Amino acid sequence: MLQAINLECMRGQRRLFRDLSFDVADGELLWVAGANGSGKTSLLRIVCTLLRAESGEVRWDGTDIRVLGEAFLADLVYIGHAPAVKDDLTALENLGFSLAQHGLATSADEQADALGRFGLAGREDLPARSLSQGQRRRVGLARLLFGASRRLWILDEPLAALDAKAVDLVREQIGIHLERGGVVLLTSHQEIDFDGLRVRHLQLDA
Amino acid sequence: MTSAGHPRRGLAGVFAAVVRRDLLLALRRRSDVLTTFFFFIVVVSLFPLGIGPEIDTLRAIAPGVVWVAALLASMLALARLFADDYADGTLEQLALAPQPLLVLVLGKIVAHWLVTGVPLVLIAPLLGLQCDLPAAALQVMMLSLLLGTPVLSMIGAVGAALTLGVRGAGGLLALLVLPLYIPVLIFGAGAVSASAVGMDVGGHLSVLAAIFLIALVFAPWATAAAVRIALE
Repeated sequence: MLQAINLECMRGQRRLFRDLSFDVADGELLWVAGANGSGKTSLLRIVCTLLRAESGEVRWDGTDIRVLGEAFLADLVYIGHAPAVKDDLTALENLGFSLAQHGLATSADEQADALGRFGLAGREDLPARSLSQGQRRRVGLARLLFGASRRLWILDEPLAALDAKAVDLVREQIGIHLERGGVVLLTSHQEIDFDGLRVRHLQLDA
Repeated sequence: MTSAGHPRRGLAGVFAAVVRRDLLLALRRRSDVLTTFFFFIVVVSLFPLGIGPEIDTLRAIAPGVVWVAALLASMLALARLFADDYADGTLEQLALAPQPLLVLVLGKIVAHWLVTGVPLVLIAPLLGLQCDLPAAALQVMMLSLLLGTPVLSMIGAVGAALTLGVRGAGGLLALLVLPLYIPVLIFGAGAVSASAVGMDVGGHLSVLAAIFLIALVFAPWATAAAVRIALE
């Protein structure tokens, strides 16, 4: 379970939020909403250790994530604004290297299968530069299919540039993850139908 | 897709994956590599043209010329060492991998050296020959470059990470990194000069080796710390 305790975030001279606390239990999704610039991305980056909070702490299963260090990262999937897709590599190579970098040993068949499920069948061997914005996004999101062993998913606008079919796929994966007891933190400006799932809302004010 | 189905890679496996990825990227974007390589050759070849064909002068300045050209050439590809990864989000994923960031950063440095340093080591004897260096000095030149160019990549990586996201990073990077290259230049070129006049080169090479080891201990650590700061 994920806990945030009295988080405060400053960017430059501006305070984005203070005394922000929340709990997300296993099997729950926290939907972070707010206007542009209200600190949604900053909050997500604090929770995944990329950004240091001005004060307060984040706990994972009761322990400060800064103390857990790599043990926390081994539980984490973070998908940010940038898809982390290299133009000069093919879709398959991109997925393969990104999984390898996170310490997951997977076969090329499994990777091709994952890309196929994300609608990239037949395009695995094209350089990513020739893919559309949405397709590049899909290459990055295909990692979610290998995210079963990672209990915490942090997804920053995962649905940007995706078509309806891909949105359904992501929603389905989030559903599966919550059912197996995972935790999801999500920002999205799009309305998503999470009927039947345990969803909590957090509103950040600009 | 069960969690049990995916065995975990060890640290060595992840390190190898980072090196392989950067080598593959270099292969796809050959212009970067070729620029470094030909820059080195052209700069060294310009000196005889500018100074004139007096063989004694050339022999005397060759060690310094080759080494200065190597410093400048290794700077060329530095600015892009982390900048591309920073821009496309790969760097933050690297920082979130459940392995020590300094090992992954070392992987990128190794790839950078294989791509920009090793070709210089291999072509240097030919350029030395062009300046009429004796055979023994050519061997010492290769050896000193073999010890020195990894240091250039390591020191350069610290500078590249520190200037991430800074406007005009290229110029700043040169100002930051070139002064730090001076010890490598002194002992690298010194070894070759000493060998050319028949003196013992053990001392120079030992100091170079010591610099290499010190850089190996501190540079990846400093680079990783600078990368984390840049990502904040």
